[in-house]
Amino acid sequence: MGVWAFLSNVIVNIGDWLRGLLTAAGMGAGWVNLIMSLISAVVLAAFPLVVVIFMIWAYRKIAARMQGRLGPNSSGTWAGPWGIIQTFADAIKMLTKEDIRPQGVDVVPYNLAPILIFAAALMVWAVIPFGPGRAIGSDLGIGIFYILAFSSAALFVVLMAGWSSNNKYATVSAFRAVAILISYEIPQLLSVLAVVMVAGSLSMQRIVEAQEVPFLFVLPLPALIFFLASLAEVNARPFELLEAESELVAGYQVEYSGMKFGMFYLAEFINAVGMSAIFTTLFLGGWRGPWVGAAPILGTVWFLLKVSLMVLVWMFVQITLPRLRIDQVLAFSWKFLVPLTLVTVCVVGLVDRGLSEVAAGGVGVWARAGALLAANLVVAVLTWLVASLGARREQRRVEAWRAAQLEEAEVGA
Amino acid sequence: MTAQQALFLLFGVITLGAALAVVVGRNLFHTALWLLLVFFGVAGIYVLLEAPFFAAAQLFIYMGAIGILIIFGVMLTRRVMRQPLPRANEQWWLAAIMAVALLGVLAWLAWQQPWTAAAAAVPENSISLLGLALVDPEGFALPFEVASVLLVMALIGAVMIVRER
Amino acid sequence: MVPLNWYLILSAALFCIGMYGVVVRRNAIAILMAIELMLNAVNINLLAFWRYHEPVAATGQAFAAFVYVVAAAEVAVGLALIDAVYRRRRTVDPEEINLLRW
Repeated sequence: MGVWAFLSNVIVNIGDWLRGLLTAAGMGAGWVNLIMSLISAVVLAAFPLVVVIFMIWAYRKIAARMQGRLGPNSSGTWAGPWGIIQTFADAIKMLTKEDIRPQGVDVVPYNLAPILIFAAALMVWAVIPFGPGRAIGSDLGIGIFYILAFSSAALFVVLMAGWSSNNKYATVSAFRAVAILISYEIPQLLSVLAVVMVAGSLSMQRIVEAQEVPFLFVLPLPALIFFLASLAEVNARPFELLEAESELVAGYQVEYSGMKFGMFYLAEFINAVGMSAIFTTLFLGGWRGPWVGAAPILGTVWFLLKVSLMVLVWMFVQITLPRLRIDQVLAFSWKFLVPLTLVTVCVVGLVDRGLSEVAAGGVGVWARAGALLAANLVVAVLTWLVASLGARREQRRVEAWRAAQLEEAEVGA
Repeated sequence: MTAQQALFLLFGVITLGAALAVVVGRNLFHTALWLLLVFFGVAGIYVLLEAPFFAAAQLFIYMGAIGILIIFGVMLTRRVMRQPLPRANEQWWLAAIMAVALLGVLAWLAWQQPWTAAAAAVPENSISLLGLALVDPEGFALPFEVASVLLVMALIGAVMIVRER
Repeated sequence: MVPLNWYLILSAALFCIGMYGVVVRRNAIAILMAIELMLNAVNINLLAFWRYHEPVAATGQAFAAFVYVVAAAEVAVGLALIDAVYRRRRTVDPEEINLLRW
């Protein structure tokens, strides 16, 4: 194979070459599969870790610049050119801190929680398609469902961490965390359902292949809902109640120090990158882009660019928005997002089904995309009208109440 | 011993070991965590049975929802200032004998019958077949709707029972 | 290939462990946990039979899905009942909730 041909699909070709090496060394097929799986697991686990190293630095730099500061830099406390060494300094600091073991903690869940949360954060990377064809950890038939299941299964780790810390603040924070995570699972799940309906499969690779028009333009409302629900699932502002340093100290992580806290910290960033990758796959078209057919490695390049874009959006939202209260967060989910998502899913399903009934062989891609986009915009405009009517009524009620208060004060004075 | 049999033994040992820890556990919170491990082991068994949808559904429903509910129940009904309850009542020996006897009968039944070890292949689109069957009027549409009504009833009933008066 | 008998024995063992837990434990929530064990055993049984006898039909899978639904509903209502009893009588020990016993 020529150099260009090798490089144009480099991930898959390296995999095939390794497999050829192992088979030539005389191993049975089962063993070769096992070793290849282990190697790809290590690579897939290492990738988000490497990305997070740069992401932490980028987050601090961008947050600083947006807030009018400099961030880690090479003057003052030297942190490398542009402050690149900051992340390594953080890591070394966390590794060398004392590993405090508070009295009265439940030893096994206390020590297991950081490991499990780290594992859950890394699990989702197995089904994210990095490129066309076989550049994916494992093209499960239930791709997106696997991701949602593991996000849901990781809930109990938060409870473990909070309860076993033997600390009231940690327990309260763990309860709040579980309440938020459960509440935002439903909008997340339903908006993914809309995507799956339009794409026709649960498998992540099929969803990317079905996106001739990126689903961001076909299903903007589910995209927005999924983005908001993911913000809540990764505990980012404006839903960042648990790490509210001014309220609950550090939430359910308060009794953790040293590398155990480092694990929570890393897991939060890996979750953020993971959610960005999932959003990219579902709504931005994954590895799709120009010239991917000729050189599949370009698919990986487009994918990484899109994930970086989503991570930037996540950072902007996190840096600029304030925190909501717990009752506001839950009310937003149950009273607004869930009905909205249900209505959106129904409308998308009806429009899609209606289109395939109307035209015998199915309509073209652009017509379908346009119809779904129109339906989404109609639902969005109607929602905005209903919400603004409700807001106007609420404002009138508040003004009446305030006027009544003023009258009382005058009468009393 | 093929790889599948080794995996089955691994997940079986995890499931049964955690189940034993659930029924003889002393600390209730630890028991709840062992229960979550049982759910995880059962999800592994489902993967071996080539039902990946059910493995993910197991994680979602059991670990993510029912497990959390049970942990909340454990936390809300703790006897804080009193002596911990004895774990088993007085008839535990009789119950153990009955359980072992039942297991013996069922295991003997399972071994005696001539089951076929080989099986047909699972179709590629088993998930969409399941989905189609669930909404097919001649399939399971009626039980599907009844199940939805059951869930709504359970939800409303649970909220009514624990409402503050 | 794993023989079907192994799955059946596993599910029988899980069922019997659950049954022992239901009869013996003195905490209502532990009894609920043991009931969940039994429901999981039933599900393993259903899916094993589906896989080994009729993987083309979706009957076994649909049945297992309905067992999931029933289990979820039952846990919700069970915990609500336990919580209501706990508020009145401050106990979750089924031995102490014996007003209707002879």
